[in-house]
Amino acid sequence: MIIELGHFALILAFLMAAMQTVLPLVGASRGWRGFMAAADPAATAQFLFLLFSFSVLTWGFVTSDFSLRLVTMNSHSAKPLIYKISGVWGNHEGSMLLWCLVLALYAALAAWFGGNLSETLKARVLGIQGAISLSFLGFLIFTSNPFARLEVPPLNGEDLNPLLQDPGLAFHPPFLYLGYVGLSMAFSFAVAALIEGRVDAAWGRWVRPWTLAAWMFLTVGIALGSWWAYYELGWGGFWFWDPVENASFMPWLIAAALLHSSIVVEKREALKSWTILLSILAFGFSLIGAFIVRSGVLTSVHAFANDPERGVYLLAITGLFMGGALTLYAARASALEAKGVFSLTSRESALVANNILLAVAAFVVFVGTVWPLFAEMAFGRKLSVGAPFFDAAFTPFMVALAAILPIGATMPWKRARMGRVLGALTGALALSVAMGGLVWTLQTGRSILAPIGAVLAAWLVLGALVDLRQRAGRGDLSSKLRRLARLPRADWGKAVAHAGFGITIFGITALTAWQVEDIRVAQVGETFAVGPYDITLADVDTFQGPNYETTMARMEVARDGRPVATLFPEKRFYPVAQMPTTEAAIDNGVARDLYLVIGDPQDDGGWAVRSYIKPFANWIWAGCIVMALGGALSLSDRRHRVAAGAAKSSRAAVPAE
Amino acid sequence: MRGLKKKRRIQVIALAVVALVASTALIGYAMRDGINFFRSPSQIAEGPPAPTEVFRIGGLVEAGTLVRGRGETITFNVTDGAASVPVAYTGVLPDLFGEGEGMVGTGSYVDGTFRATEILAKHDESYMPKEVIDSLKEQGTYQPPDGAMSMN
Repeated sequence: MIIELGHFALILAFLMAAMQTVLPLVGASRGWRGFMAAADPAATAQFLFLLFSFSVLTWGFVTSDFSLRLVTMNSHSAKPLIYKISGVWGNHEGSMLLWCLVLALYAALAAWFGGNLSETLKARVLGIQGAISLSFLGFLIFTSNPFARLEVPPLNGEDLNPLLQDPGLAFHPPFLYLGYVGLSMAFSFAVAALIEGRVDAAWGRWVRPWTLAAWMFLTVGIALGSWWAYYELGWGGFWFWDPVENASFMPWLIAAALLHSSIVVEKREALKSWTILLSILAFGFSLIGAFIVRSGVLTSVHAFANDPERGVYLLAITGLFMGGALTLYAARASALEAKGVFSLTSRESALVANNILLAVAAFVVFVGTVWPLFAEMAFGRKLSVGAPFFDAAFTPFMVALAAILPIGATMPWKRARMGRVLGALTGALALSVAMGGLVWTLQTGRSILAPIGAVLAAWLVLGALVDLRQRAGRGDLSSKLRRLARLPRADWGKAVAHAGFGITIFGITALTAWQVEDIRVAQVGETFAVGPYDITLADVDTFQGPNYETTMARMEVARDGRPVATLFPEKRFYPVAQMPTTEAAIDNGVARDLYLVIGDPQDDGGWAVRSYIKPFANWIWAGCIVMALGGALSLSDRRHRVAAGAAKSSRAAVPAE
Repeated sequence: MRGLKKKRRIQVIALAVVALVASTALIGYAMRDGINFFRSPSQIAEGPPAPTEVFRIGGLVEAGTLVRGRGETITFNVTDGAASVPVAYTGVLPDLFGEGEGMVGTGSYVDGTFRATEILAKHDESYMPKEVIDSLKEQGTYQPPDGAMSMN
């Protein structure tokens, strides 16, 4: 019964989305206030219905209601509770429901907190958001209904893919969707502004927090996914340039560009039409991502569901929204006139350069991702685009971006003097180069990658410090500290996020350049050397887990005779899913990870063992977390909450009170 | 003011064009090394590629040929029903690798053996790489996964 209520709520949410689309859009164009006012309750109701529907599905998973087809296929009564819950979004239908829930959440947030938006703009934003909801709810209900029942419920389920039974992946999709779908707000704002024909500073102030929030969640989501791939897949890689990974990376790059260009709209009222275009494209890449992940057109190790019919529907949604928005853009963009002028050397110019580099980098990733599809259609050749392509074509743009970042970040608006900017940064530059030289001498004769990474990382982190020091101004230490403490949170956020970028760059280059790998057959009791460590395969035994059987090795790691760690790599077998998994054992450290994998048993009684030393691996994700933290700091800036409405009234005639 | 804005816009567009050209050139350059063609075992039997070329092979792991558990290197034959190519791989195999299962490997074809540097198998049991399905269909040996339940 309760399941049917959830199903019914889903259909009601669909109807609410239809109302949220039609009424406010008609009302805004005709000037009917009653129609426009319907947007708020419709958005709220849609969110509540979907929340109820999602809770019901979760209830179905928690109570193992195997009359639900979805629960049967993705759950099992013996599964730990947390994975019963995460199983809700560990499959196509449930994750689509989560997607719709997040869409509705964002619309509802705009309805609740958008009180100081102009009436027509708010109505239009909610209307467009409603249209996106409507199309995705239609997709969910008509092609992939999560509430489909089974005529004859089985006694137990088929279990969730064991690879997904993992804390890292339990939280990866919700964060990713908060990011992906959050970009729909920027899209709705952009289309609404195009319909209105007006983009001003207040608009920029509205779009920025939404983009910032989406970007922040996307950063965390991608980091979690990469971290999961690192420790769970047992290959020790952190990024595979797989189509599904790229699908989340392209919106991230565009969102990062949008984040920066909306600052220019907000502060200087320039780059308006470019910002609108980015807002459209950012969500466009989210839609393309959904298409790539769910249609199965590209071979991916992560493929979700392979259903061409769903692919066609998603492609139609993408075509509809992108085609519509870009047509509108072509017709209206010329009406958006820039106000602010800026000199060639100015923060505006630096942000333009940032935007171009990020957009071109996204373009490179896009070409690399869809090239196999294009080549098959155009030349009839099956091919894949591998990591060497992305390393060669993508990296130069990131290097350029990192090189100009501290210069741009310390430049003033409107007009800057290059000499003064560089003067402040000389110390940072000298230190960074010294750092690179140090790394180069220490590693003698290995890849040039690590020294370059070290220079860029130090340059970014020190540049962020210089930026903060400049903001602290002159005077004695206490007045500087007081000024620093009173700096707007957005300035802190900027410095922190930029430093995080540097940390990630260092982690990636150090890991890539200095990783040590060893594959061998070891007998129980045998000790072998990997780098400076001595690893002993002490014991191999079998155990019974909650819903799996495991073969666990005990491996002792020592350095110079002193024990460092005892690790337990496993090979698990999940009998319900009939699936083995490899669980790498990792000793996390600040300067290195020890990463051990146990492989096949050998005929002569030994075991295949794969050992890695991964220097500075954790810095990659630590940097991502620092970046996201910077985003959160910036988001908490009170100016986002206060000034959005205030700016508009300050420009209007001054009220008499 | 107006002239300056126009000039700035032209400069921005020029910069964007330069970046786009640079990226296109880089893409073209990177494609020379970064692209791996896909070959089925029968294509390799017809005309073996040069030993320097890195490409992808895909098919089913032929039953009875998988030798694992004898040293670091694992050997097996990959087949599409018509031809079969021996593969050697050093490393730990992906979890869902087994005889009769689909696989895709990256590597090069040296002296009649495909030396794989990377082996991909599927992530869940109902998934098979698209290239493998296509090449099996070409040879008429493709069987869709059984039952509607596994069509996740």
